[in-house]
Amino acid sequence: MQQTRLDNTFKQLGKRNSKAFVAFISAGDPDPVTSLKIMQGLPAAGADIIELGMPFTDPMADGPSIQASSQRALKAGMTLKGTLDMVRQFRTDNDETPIVLMGYYNPVYIYGVDAFIHDAKQAGVDGLIIVDLPPEEDEELCIPALNAGLNFIRLATPTTDDARLPEVLANTSGFVYYVSITGITGSASPERNVVEEAVARVKRHTDLPVAVGFGIRTAEQAGAIASVADGAVVGSALVDVIAESLDSHGRSSPETVTETLKKAQELADGVKRA
Amino acid sequence: MSKANSYTTGPDENGRFGIFGGRFVAETLMPLILDLEKAYGAARQDPAFLDQLQDLQTHYVGRPSPLYFAERLTEHYGGAKIYLKRDELNHTGSHKINNCLGQILLAKRMGKRRIIAETGAGQHGVAVATVAARFGLPCTVFMGATDIERQKPNVFRMKLLGAEIMPVTSGAGTLKDAMNEALRDWVTNVDSTFYIIGTVAGPHPYPAMVRDFQSIIGQETKQQMREREGRLPDTLCACIGGGSNAMGLFYPFLDDESVDIIGVEAGGHGIDTPEHAASLAGGKPGVLHGNRTYLLQDDDGQITEGHSISAGLDYPGIGPEHAYLKDTGRVTYVSATDQEALDAFQLCTKLEGIIPALEPSHALSHVGKIAPDLPSDHLLVMNMCGRGDKDVFSVAEHLNVDIG
Repeated sequence: MQQTRLDNTFKQLGKRNSKAFVAFISAGDPDPVTSLKIMQGLPAAGADIIELGMPFTDPMADGPSIQASSQRALKAGMTLKGTLDMVRQFRTDNDETPIVLMGYYNPVYIYGVDAFIHDAKQAGVDGLIIVDLPPEEDEELCIPALNAGLNFIRLATPTTDDARLPEVLANTSGFVYYVSITGITGSASPERNVVEEAVARVKRHTDLPVAVGFGIRTAEQAGAIASVADGAVVGSALVDVIAESLDSHGRSSPETVTETLKKAQELADGVKRA
Repeated sequence: MSKANSYTTGPDENGRFGIFGGRFVAETLMPLILDLEKAYGAARQDPAFLDQLQDLQTHYVGRPSPLYFAERLTEHYGGAKIYLKRDELNHTGSHKINNCLGQILLAKRMGKRRIIAETGAGQHGVAVATVAARFGLPCTVFMGATDIERQKPNVFRMKLLGAEIMPVTSGAGTLKDAMNEALRDWVTNVDSTFYIIGTVAGPHPYPAMVRDFQSIIGQETKQQMREREGRLPDTLCACIGGGSNAMGLFYPFLDDESVDIIGVEAGGHGIDTPEHAASLAGGKPGVLHGNRTYLLQDDDGQITEGHSISAGLDYPGIGPEHAYLKDTGRVTYVSATDQEALDAFQLCTKLEGIIPALEPSHALSHVGKIAPDLPSDHLLVMNMCGRGDKDVFSVAEHLNVDIG
């Protein structure tokens, strides 16, 4: 598979001995226009990779923060087509920052796998994280996506033992997303030394970069985790800032973009100190 | 789809029934599901496990449940000879206990220390709380806040049995949302917890496992019919939400070509309205809760809420094996509306002295549609999968009766 924006980003970071800050937002949260502004501001706020959530009614691996974020986006009329449009608009003035779409399989399945891969690639998407597609279901989307030159980023978890890791890593590319806890997004915070061991374990099986996510809320935690991995992913803490910035009708306020990017900058600084 | 040599060979090693089923779960759960598959595979071959299950079925549940000739309903409709498979007489009042016993024995065998479950009408929740009490395991039941409101008697029963009830307010607060929340709990407590799924859905091996535990309904029916009438029944009819009682009745008959098999979905206010829970009639294939099946959803692949008068049927999906049996044409799927179910509920109560749950009332309403045109030697079996005690309050409300 040829080099992607993800490969280049990790290579550049590696040269500077720096870690990746991966920022998650849900596409269309709290509305498509504001969401695009946040997305456009993320690289300048220090995000090395943008993970863009594809909103879904039933996000089974997500905690209350990202559930609510997904619901706000859907309520504001976001669709998978709208998510791809957002990527397209972002790409008109940013050709460097890697974009990874994260979500659940059903909207992609209904969009049509071939059409989705084609449109995602054309819009400027670099990789996919589909929570409910384990290696056992690789034929569905992973293999066709890899063939089309999209990275397929797999989640490895504390329950993925050494016997299973090779299978999980086999068709993974771009980076490995290590889920630091057994649980849903935005819940318990991971412990640094536990994560360190886990990352070392994953790295015994792969040369791919390992980014760690789930439960990272503060700049300090992001720094601590990034210091023992190749990157830190933050989602719930960012979308919580979006939620807090909304007016009493649930609409975006003048602070929505600025506060969210301020939080992103803090987290990025934490990661860069690592 | 071409005709299968046998309809009972599924699922394949990937948990597929044709294109349906599968294992669409987060990686955290995947190793668990593989473990469960292994443990279940071993248990079902272990005579000690099967003996214990059978002993409990006989002495705790009260099986076999009778196959009852419904003389007055037969007379009323003036056609087919109507039999009711009386699974509402089981301990806890529905077929749900058949599956719960199997799964809790498996949980014990796997050394699990905590039980979780989702419930809609509360029938599955009550059955889970019952077996958890019987085997001394702590139990948490996730139930939609809307369902808690309309199924108060069952909520209290579960509490009496020692279960912790977790109200779920996300989404419409019904069965789908309860299942999401149970999956979230499971992912958080993987080591200690066994998830007793109540229907023939979820990731492999659940659809096959739940079907196997429920198949005792069909096996008994086959034998009882042979004893009563000396032959196979001509038609089977059962209601479908997720589809476990129906799968249990249908499965042992799938390769008996002479047997006509009918599943009845919840038509709500009518399948030409948005207010129904008939996934096969009004949905299309998609992926939710670990499996590919027919789902109620919009053009963007967002899941829509089912509606039914019966809390046990308003799930926007259906077991993947039913999806397969629909596409192969082996089983005919129809629907009955809320009103039709209410009418059948009252008719059965008055004519047979049996208060059915609203769920099988859907099946009975379909029996009423076909029985009059069938000959008097036509043997029709309907699965009376639950009793209606839990529904009397909500039925009173629908009939505008104040029972205080």
